[in-house]
Amino acid sequence: MPSELVELKGHIIDSLSLPRVLDSILAQGGEFEILEMTVGKTRDDQSRALIRIQAPNDDKLNAVLAYIEQEGANRLEQQDAELVPAPKDGVFPEHFYCTTNLPTSVKVSGKWIPVDRVEMDCGIVIENGQARTTPMNDVRAGQMVVVGHDGIKVETPERRESVGTFEFMTSTVSSEKPKALMVAEVARQIRDTKKAGKKVLLVGGPAIVHAGAGEAVARMIRDGWIDVIFAGNALATHDIESALYGTALGVYIEEGKPAPHGHENHLRAINEIRRVGSIAEAVKQGVLTKGIMYEAVKAGVSYVLAGSIRDDGPLPDVITDVMEAQDAMRAQLSEVGMALMVATTLHSVATGNLLPASVEVVCVDINTAVVTKLADRGTHQAVGVVTDAALFMSELADELKEAGPWRAS
Amino acid sequence: MARFLMCPPTYYGVMYQINPWMAQGQPVDKDLASKQWQDLHDTLASIPGVQVELIEPQEGLPDMVFTANAGVVKGDLFIPSNFRHPERQGESEFFEKWFREHGYRVEVLPKGLFFEGAGDLLKIGDTWFGGYYFRSDPQALAVVSQLMEEAVLPLRLKDERFYHLDTCLCRLKDSALYYPGAFDDYSLRLLRNRFPDAVEVTEEEAVRFACNTVVIDDMFVLHRPSDRLSATLAERGIKCVPVDMSEFIKAGGSSKCLTLRLD
Repeated sequence: MPSELVELKGHIIDSLSLPRVLDSILAQGGEFEILEMTVGKTRDDQSRALIRIQAPNDDKLNAVLAYIEQEGANRLEQQDAELVPAPKDGVFPEHFYCTTNLPTSVKVSGKWIPVDRVEMDCGIVIENGQARTTPMNDVRAGQMVVVGHDGIKVETPERRESVGTFEFMTSTVSSEKPKALMVAEVARQIRDTKKAGKKVLLVGGPAIVHAGAGEAVARMIRDGWIDVIFAGNALATHDIESALYGTALGVYIEEGKPAPHGHENHLRAINEIRRVGSIAEAVKQGVLTKGIMYEAVKAGVSYVLAGSIRDDGPLPDVITDVMEAQDAMRAQLSEVGMALMVATTLHSVATGNLLPASVEVVCVDINTAVVTKLADRGTHQAVGVVTDAALFMSELADELKEAGPWRAS
Repeated sequence: MARFLMCPPTYYGVMYQINPWMAQGQPVDKDLASKQWQDLHDTLASIPGVQVELIEPQEGLPDMVFTANAGVVKGDLFIPSNFRHPERQGESEFFEKWFREHGYRVEVLPKGLFFEGAGDLLKIGDTWFGGYYFRSDPQALAVVSQLMEEAVLPLRLKDERFYHLDTCLCRLKDSALYYPGAFDDYSLRLLRNRFPDAVEVTEEEAVRFACNTVVIDDMFVLHRPSDRLSATLAERGIKCVPVDMSEFIKAGGSSKCLTLRLD
């Protein structure tokens, strides 16, 4: 929601100027927050109020500002943002401005320019009159970087008007609310996201496969509900292991009994894919014929598999340079409207760091700590569902199936 | 002792339209205007303890006759007006010069902040009131308050016919005389709280410029007041001295607008 700071000075209390201005903000369709208030001590002292004004859009905001300007409120002219060259490749200048996951504008040469790409914990590079969110690792020596807090405007999130989907969840983490209702709501949100022409991102951990929800997720992909997958070596490996050998980490998924020498199965699965060259190649050659990764390849779903230090193998598709993996994930985010994070702390937090606050995040985990962690790291929009991930995904797949496969209508 | 500044109506006339009164386009009888001005001047000058100073009129500045809009005076401080309309902006240099020559300390307001002097700023008891919206900016009133080191309570005007505060509010001893229809709800609430015993004039009285009164102690010098108003004021111990200001009302001003209090 666009906002602007205004100042009201003078004998604003005795003269009822302050209530007049505040009332007219509301009457004009704006909202206000008094950030600072200094009340004159003696009768002759002036008082001062610093007010943040918000309105649903720029036109409304300008109308409110024009109106209250006539009543004595002054827009606080912001200075240009201060720019300092980056001292070295991959190093921001001291006091660099640290981004949030909210839409941001920077004032350069007296003009507000929107910052391209929303991502938290980055810097802002100004080049050729354009402002760009830039991760620390990507900044190059000499690039002009915004420092300090002058000339920066961050749009506070619009108060969700149609909280619809999650309004019944007043707390962000819930283990008590009726699961069936939550499943229905998440399914509805997936449908809404697709209807809005946005993509649904699945961030998944291997527990999906261990616990037997691989088939359900595969079905969701086949039916077109998932557009992008972020995962690690483990999810893909166990999914392929189960496709090739019927086990996950050496345990028969159906019976829950360990297979003889089963612990070797995941290594053999990795080795098999490495032999043919890639997951896609394995599908093409008929080596891989079912499961999550198989459906992803078949459906043309983009996937980014990011490596970690404890990986076996890894699969040839896994990006082992983590910064490279981050970039690959960023490249997939532009049209994502909803992220479904299931049973993975590492990849959920990594994805949360990259997502603008405008992307809805639903986090399904047996462990409340994951949602808390997301929120602690700035992904405040995450809504948590504390439950057995496999059960939840199976029910979600059934719920989505009732409406038939996704078709853009 | 009361000192006033007046400007002879040598070049007075309705030459342009910057308020609804002027827009009616009634021709001014110049001889009658001169006579009315002289009557006001003589009436004031004849009051014991009253002194009237004059400023030389300037050709092409017909409204200079309304000296109340020259600026505002407090002690030896003069704050010249920043006129909103270009038609009147030429007056400022002559007023400024006069005040400098007469030993006043002149403080100018920042450009772009409109303020029309005693037309929009007046004192009742120990409080200053500033009118804004049509001519003066509320932001200017805050600056004036700082320069004068006085509290100024802004009042929001809402009726274009009463475009200056001195057309709808004046001092009545320690209380006030005002036309309620000229103020927005908040300002009206403020006036009613401050002056529970004020006299509110009717619209009919207001359009005859009842509030545009030269106040000298318990004496009101004003354009022919209605009988009701005269009686009400008499009850309050006010002596009305009626003058005819018809030719100046055509331009949107009456006796008060033609004078600027210097002390």
